[in-house]
Amino acid sequence: MYSNSTDTLDIASQLPKGLQALMHKAQDAAHSIADAALQRRSFLKVTTAGGFALGAFPLLTQAQTMATAGAPAASSLKPTQQPSAFVRIDRDGTVTVTINRLDFGQGVQTGLPMILAEELDADWALVKSQHGNADPAYVDPAFGMHLTGGSGSIKNSYTQYRELGARTRAMLVSAAAAQWGVDAGSLRTQQGVVIGPGGKRLTYGELAEAAMKQPVPEAVTLKDPKQFRIIGKPTGRLDARAKSSGGQSYGIDVRLPGMLTAVVAHPPVFAGKVKTLDEAAAKAVPGVKAVLRVPLDRGGEGVAVVAEGYWAAKQGRDALKVEWDSSGVEKVDSAQQLASYRALAQKAGALKYNGDISKLATAPKKISAEFAFPYLAHAPMEPLNCTVQLSGQGADAKAELWLGTQMPGLDTLAASKALGVAPQNVKMNVQMAGGGFGRRAIPTSDYVVEACNVAKAARGAGLTAAVRTLWSREDDIKGGYYRPMHVHRAEIGFNEKGEILGWDHVIVGQSILAGSPFEAFMVKDGVDGTMVEGMKEPYEIPMRLSVHHPKLNVPVLWWRSVGSTHTAYVMETLIDEVARGSGQDPVAYRLKQFGSKHPRHTAALQLAVDKSGYGKRTLPAGRAWGVAVHESFNTVVAYVVEASVKDNTPVLHAITAGVHCNLAINPTSVEAQIQGAALMGLSMCLPGAAITLKDGVVEQSNFGDFPVPRITDMPTVAVFIVPSADAPTGLGEPGLPPLAPAFANAIAKLTGKPAPRELPFKLA
Amino acid sequence: MPTLNINGKDLAVNADESTPILWALRDTLGMTGTKFGCGAALCGACTVHLNGAPIRSCITPISAAAGQKITTIEAVATDRVGKAVQDAWVKHDVAQCGYCQSGQVMSATALLKANAKPSDADIDGAMAGNICRCGTYVRIRAAIKDAAQTLA
Repeated sequence: MYSNSTDTLDIASQLPKGLQALMHKAQDAAHSIADAALQRRSFLKVTTAGGFALGAFPLLTQAQTMATAGAPAASSLKPTQQPSAFVRIDRDGTVTVTINRLDFGQGVQTGLPMILAEELDADWALVKSQHGNADPAYVDPAFGMHLTGGSGSIKNSYTQYRELGARTRAMLVSAAAAQWGVDAGSLRTQQGVVIGPGGKRLTYGELAEAAMKQPVPEAVTLKDPKQFRIIGKPTGRLDARAKSSGGQSYGIDVRLPGMLTAVVAHPPVFAGKVKTLDEAAAKAVPGVKAVLRVPLDRGGEGVAVVAEGYWAAKQGRDALKVEWDSSGVEKVDSAQQLASYRALAQKAGALKYNGDISKLATAPKKISAEFAFPYLAHAPMEPLNCTVQLSGQGADAKAELWLGTQMPGLDTLAASKALGVAPQNVKMNVQMAGGGFGRRAIPTSDYVVEACNVAKAARGAGLTAAVRTLWSREDDIKGGYYRPMHVHRAEIGFNEKGEILGWDHVIVGQSILAGSPFEAFMVKDGVDGTMVEGMKEPYEIPMRLSVHHPKLNVPVLWWRSVGSTHTAYVMETLIDEVARGSGQDPVAYRLKQFGSKHPRHTAALQLAVDKSGYGKRTLPAGRAWGVAVHESFNTVVAYVVEASVKDNTPVLHAITAGVHCNLAINPTSVEAQIQGAALMGLSMCLPGAAITLKDGVVEQSNFGDFPVPRITDMPTVAVFIVPSADAPTGLGEPGLPPLAPAFANAIAKLTGKPAPRELPFKLA
Repeated sequence: MPTLNINGKDLAVNADESTPILWALRDTLGMTGTKFGCGAALCGACTVHLNGAPIRSCITPISAAAGQKITTIEAVATDRVGKAVQDAWVKHDVAQCGYCQSGQVMSATALLKANAKPSDADIDGAMAGNICRCGTYVRIRAAIKDAAQTLA
């Protein structure tokens, strides 16, 4: 069952192994796109001269101006450091900040502009935000590739956006100094205005054109955090009104002249192919323009129905008569898979930690536990979609794409390859996305390549309009790229004081990174780093940890907080069990373990404990406290929860969160991310939260059989942030991992049994 | 060609009358504020009002709305209750990805039109058909209570 026949990822074979190599490749592609990007900039300049955007402030750097004029670039600043790519100031003072990430709900659309506006001394009321694209300026400065992931948007771009703001401010000040004939050092700035001797004032809007001609300073002095007036202030999202009134456009809302919609019939088993096709009934559906066989992800094949609008395309797909060929393709059965995983977990695999477990056998107290976690779908509310417009022929062939994507650079390469269009002729229009949780960061670019193949086939059939390929919810739930299924086995020996004498641990689960371009960078000695993250730390445990990575015909992917979705559950329920098994309070036990080495863990937990009233307040009858603490993406989140069990059904009533994310750029956004991530953590616990396969076919199809939490499942959530002025850490994901174990620890207290060993919870 | 009364205007819709209202709005009329989430009345993203009552437009055919009044997210703020709900949504910074929020606002508006002082249970009951995968439910509750106070 563990064949690797279908595990070869298309893009990976085209890229050098390893993330470093990948980065170079992505960077090369990005640089080859740079010509086109510069042309776009010069276009801006032309329109400025032509009066269309007169007074706009595309801060062309000297280097770029020279490059546009044909002279070699000579700035020591990288594209990621050039204000021209990130800031535009209109004559009326409006400041538009380009974000180098996808906003799919996490709030960087507001957070990154706050950081830049802080150092710019902008008037926040005049700040707007827009998405970047696959231009080299918009790579993640830490990874060197286009990436929204790893909770890194604010963390990795904090200094970058501060410097961009400070550079822009310096250019505005220089322009004012030149105009007034005074020394720049005598000027100050405040809320979008440069203020000079005698109270003279020039607004940023008035200075924009002159500032554009000032040299871009390389070194800038940044503010002391004590001077911050935008950063750290609770701030509403810039898109709050648009998103409350139907005015926000997403990828799915893109409309182009004559645009067609494609719905694709996917094989019921991953990598299946079309054996026979009867398209007559589909073609008879009014509005259907073409029925096309198209290559799919993993070497599969599907049938695209291209029509005027989704409904006609969907009716057409429903009318298709397809016989599928699933021969030679592994057909996974979840029950058998679980049994195989449990068998594998009995023996050690590839070693991650090789701690001394010799005292385990003779330890006075023992825990023997086995855990099972199912596949999970991301199910973002906006169904996956990608719109592709093709034009030109041969070397002049061009493609333009519209989609919400976390990796527009890799998607550009994938589209280029699928379409036979040079990378510099592929234009990415990154759209606001209706959620993602990892599903829009695909090393294989699965749905992007699919949309490209559909558009290519449609053009071959004489259809020249743009084609939007749109997945139904059923396509999404059945479409793979799940959080992998896992089995954990733990043997723990400890003593009456709760000292852990030995911990033997095995994890079984598919590798997310194997076969992907990230493999060589993050898979070491046979251990996928994303599977073991969150194990052991911060506890000092003599642990032997090993893993097995079976290969199966089910595509897997990172799911909000990745490995910590399961490792935090195992660690934090077992630590609680050791505490209770040695007669200690779970909070006191953890604080003792953190000691002086982990002050952020201590601070987060202590804050949650103090604010919740844990240990001081008497809970209503039938309720119990549950606690868990976990660090992921450099942020520590502690939850103290209140839960009850009614008719064998666990109910979560209240969550108190202590969050240590260093400096909170926007506390309103931090609160929202913790509320949301906590609920997604709860989603793993609720009945039915599992993707299962039988005969290779996914058994779930929509929110009816893959339920996600509703308002009736939502506990109260109180979020508290540990004050800090240190550079910010991740926030989009860290709120998820500790929720399920905190809930489970409360259940353990209520039932007197160990915490549930399976997610979703099955108590009966 | 069927005609629909949408936001107070009679509009000719070039679609078969079995077509769900959702796709007539989005693909035929270009009104994209109403969202596609599940196509099976399971998530509420497509909620519009039919004669003031919330319906799932993804499973309601055009024919079911003949001679009746449809209100969508684009026009709900022309109504006092709808405006109060939208303002409360902004004040409480409810949206994250925002994709489900058109439907949430439509359901909340319908609730407050029918029940000016909803209890916590009333709110949960009326909003249980609207999924938010980002998990904005805490703020949705707060915003509905705030809008109810504003309107009182």
